[in-house]
Amino acid sequence: MALPSSPTDFTLAEARDALRARAISSTELTSAFVSQVAAARPLNAFITETPERALEMAAASDVRLSAGEARPLEGLPLAIKDLFCTRGVRTTAASRILDNFVPPYESTVTQNLWDAGAVLLGKTNMDEFAMGSSNETSHFNPVVNPWRARNSNQSVVPGGSSGGSAAAVAGRLCLGATGTDTGGSIRQPAALTGVVGLKPTYGRCSRWGIVAFASSLDQAGPMARTVRDAAILLRAMASVDPKDSTSVDVPVPDYEHEIEAGVKGLRVGVPKEYRSDGAPSEIDRLWTKGIGWMRSEGAEIVDISLPHTKYALPAYYIVAPAEASSNLARYDGVRYGHRAADVRDVSDLYERSRAEGFGAEVRRRVLIGCYVLSAGYYDAYYVRAQKVRTLIARDFVKAFERCDVLLTPSTPGPAFALGEKTADPVSMYLNDVFTVPVNLAGLPAVSVPAGLTTDGLPLGLQVIGKAFDEQLVLRVARSIERAAGFDATPNAWWRAA
Amino acid sequence: MSTSAEQSSKLIRGAEGDWEVVIGMEVHAQILSKAKLFSGASASFGAEPNAQVSFIDAAMPGMLPVINRYCVEQAIRTGLGLRAKINYNSLFDRKNYFYPDLPAGYQISQYKNPIVGEGEVLLDLPRGQTVKVGIERLHLEQDAGKSLHDQRPDHSYVDLNRAGVALMEIVSRPDMRSSEEAAAFLKKLRAIVRYLGTCDGNMEEGSMRADVNVSVRRPGAPLGTRCEIKNVNSMRFIAQAVEYEARRQVDVIEEGGSVALETRLFDARVGETRPMRSKEEAHDYRYFPDPDLLPLVIEESWVAEIASGLPELPDDKKARFMRDYGISAYDAGVLVGDRELADYYEELANGIDAKQAVNWLNNEILGRLNRDGHTISDCPVSATSNNTILRLVTEGLISGKIAKDVLDIAWTAGGDPRTIVADRGLAQVTDTDAIEKAIGTVIASNPGKVEELKSKPNLLGWFVGQVMRETGGKANPQSVNTLLRARLGVPAEG
Amino acid sequence: MSVDKKTVRHIARLARIALKDEQVEPMVNEPNNILAWVQQLEEVDVAGVPPLTSVVEQRLKMRDDVVTEGGQADALMANAPQSEENFFVVPRVVE
Repeated sequence: MALPSSPTDFTLAEARDALRARAISSTELTSAFVSQVAAARPLNAFITETPERALEMAAASDVRLSAGEARPLEGLPLAIKDLFCTRGVRTTAASRILDNFVPPYESTVTQNLWDAGAVLLGKTNMDEFAMGSSNETSHFNPVVNPWRARNSNQSVVPGGSSGGSAAAVAGRLCLGATGTDTGGSIRQPAALTGVVGLKPTYGRCSRWGIVAFASSLDQAGPMARTVRDAAILLRAMASVDPKDSTSVDVPVPDYEHEIEAGVKGLRVGVPKEYRSDGAPSEIDRLWTKGIGWMRSEGAEIVDISLPHTKYALPAYYIVAPAEASSNLARYDGVRYGHRAADVRDVSDLYERSRAEGFGAEVRRRVLIGCYVLSAGYYDAYYVRAQKVRTLIARDFVKAFERCDVLLTPSTPGPAFALGEKTADPVSMYLNDVFTVPVNLAGLPAVSVPAGLTTDGLPLGLQVIGKAFDEQLVLRVARSIERAAGFDATPNAWWRAA
Repeated sequence: MSTSAEQSSKLIRGAEGDWEVVIGMEVHAQILSKAKLFSGASASFGAEPNAQVSFIDAAMPGMLPVINRYCVEQAIRTGLGLRAKINYNSLFDRKNYFYPDLPAGYQISQYKNPIVGEGEVLLDLPRGQTVKVGIERLHLEQDAGKSLHDQRPDHSYVDLNRAGVALMEIVSRPDMRSSEEAAAFLKKLRAIVRYLGTCDGNMEEGSMRADVNVSVRRPGAPLGTRCEIKNVNSMRFIAQAVEYEARRQVDVIEEGGSVALETRLFDARVGETRPMRSKEEAHDYRYFPDPDLLPLVIEESWVAEIASGLPELPDDKKARFMRDYGISAYDAGVLVGDRELADYYEELANGIDAKQAVNWLNNEILGRLNRDGHTISDCPVSATSNNTILRLVTEGLISGKIAKDVLDIAWTAGGDPRTIVADRGLAQVTDTDAIEKAIGTVIASNPGKVEELKSKPNLLGWFVGQVMRETGGKANPQSVNTLLRARLGVPAEG
Repeated sequence: MSVDKKTVRHIARLARIALKDEQVEPMVNEPNNILAWVQQLEEVDVAGVPPLTSVVEQRLKMRDDVVTEGGQADALMANAPQSEENFFVVPRVVE
């Protein structure tokens, strides 16, 4: 087996094979990543690094590997978004209100990963309570995209909310990472950092032990450098969980199976509402290219319409804050988390702990959420938004009568500069225009790196599938990956810093 | 149902005419189950602080609810006991508000789509009348934890053991018109859930709590503004609270004021209601369907299965008692008010005169139980033993008076009644010769009285008493009576 | 629909988030921008459309009535800002 120049250049699949072949040990592999993590502090991708635990886990994996008892992810170092509760390891949701919280329990998804033999490198930075599209709302400071525009020293955002996980994968600080996606928080940062990010069907991965943002939309998913890597991770992450009432009773298949089968004979839908108005942007051109790839690989291109697309973002920005306002009521300084000092009475305890503990974006969304649920406005806002959601879900059902998957851009544009969009919340929200409809309908979707802008920043294409059709989604994504031949990597400028 | 005379007897007399009291009730009944409604922590009472709390109950980050099937079953069972409509589709909603004993900042409850719809409860009133009170709905919800305020002056202590325990909220229609009806309603509701085994109805421990809504109006007028009296935690206080509140409202209106829509507490020490301090601000609960749960869908076949396993309920038992035992509506109503009392009675009355059994139960057993502070479930003498005692009287082995003595002995020292009678020689003397002998002794010792008897035939009673004393109380009183009359020449009565 | 300062204060109270006086003004503008933007949902014809209560097509799962959790007061208290003898401690609540 040919080893890459550095163990951190392995893909997850390659590392898996190398470990099994004993070409390298988990301890060597993990040590290499631990060093990379430490050297990458300028990216601020991690909130909590766990090098000692990582090496302990690697050592235990090496024993199993030697004994021929390797589990599916044995010895593979991963980064975990700090929204997943990890027993005995601080879990903050990137918020001051949880900055000292150490969970006494493990989330189902991460337990599945440890049961498969994976190694924990650390907890990645993110937008506070998963609310954001640029990883600029974290209490622990923003994450910096490993990518920079050609000939530029300006830092750009990695996207959000899973910005830390995306940066960690793109910067080769881990073999793969977990993220969560409520309105695009896996796919959008994946697109902005040139990695693969998959949001499974709602109910595919358990939400138990994941700090809740918007319960009817949240879904955990893998982020990795290749489509195959994402498939391997998804298989380990997914499970049917009796502790989660929204976990769906569908067995977990082998997502790697048939991943190379290609797209010949498949019907690929192209929704006209995703075209930009006016002059074609770089992402539009890439999309057209991607459609061309599909055609040459033997797929049939079908023009379809998703008429309610433009209403998805406003509907999302009613439903998600509403659910969040209720989910975040538990952060009150009574049983865990930040408590304000010298409180006069219980009201003061609540009001000041929460004002001090929550950042501006979280406060904004909690207030909007309370407002749209409040007496007199519930029907006009929340109920209406849920009805629009039904219409959006129906749009997809109709579309899937005429095609097997949809191909769209992942984001309206590439990574933007830090601070560029923070003044106007609505302009930030528009980043999610292509990803949000998928969450409202609960469907699976993946972002695949497909090209670079003229400035050298990554762009991604999104494949959307029917419920529980992740296998087909991954298969189509693999075809795009092959056709795109995206092999660019960011300059590791942070090591010089 | 009730006559207009009865209706008007419920009215309150004001300074300027009569007022009608309108009463509705919301009862929170803790479901008897091992585990809580949405978590696997124990639902039992009385444990060490925070020893029965799941991470879910404590609303830790990332925790999710999963519903307990048995709690759903218990709610269905109760709905059937209330003759109510079971809704095969219902939804769980979040009721959002902040309070230290509500960890998540919301309670999982049911708002517009409850599991049980309309039903009814029949009240058994003291004079034997029956009144129908409508049930509007029953829904499932989580109970909250408890805050203790008395340990230290500046702090409250929060115990979440009770947080998440399954509650049924049972809402009546405002069909009650007197404090008597209010008390009877709660009593009947309690009996029903105890019969069904869905709640133990223990108000002292808080497993059943009542909020009472009271308003007053001129007969025939629209409904007045109501006040809610929260957490009346004892049967005794229900009637008192209603009476005080109704009178208070009448006084307010007659003095030219208007009743404020508010929540009040009943202060048992002084027998008055007063406004609650903390709940003054109107709550906006921002109800919305809980996105962590799916709609609750119940199969008709499951409901049918539960229905087929129901025990005989109070109303049916009462009808059966009246029919098969021939006892009055009032007596039957009292007996079925408590399932254990009803069961005790049936064992007691087995094969003997039903009315005699009722009298014995009411006069001898219940009195002694009250005296000793016992309930029927810890009655020291079993129903079977009492049955034996009554049979001994019917057989003529002992007199009615001796029967009470036997009961007293069994009550304090235990033992089988037949053995008690035998060991202590309590058997009635029926032997005519012995009685004649005793009669002879008494006559001989009381010549003066014998002479008096000729003009005062009522003195016979005195002679009977003397003969009974002579025989140590063991003579059969009827025989004594008959033989004395014969001996003294007093004609038989009637 | 738009909010004014009074509404913002009311909502902040409902949400139990303290707002300093200088924070109230921006909290009027930002939500108003967002609310104006979501107003476009009123264009949609939703007649006869049911609200989506869940994307999951499944019956609600139920658990057995068995005690499986509890007896972990230590773990519960471990993250508590203030606790005493296994109680959570808060400032005195007035009933």
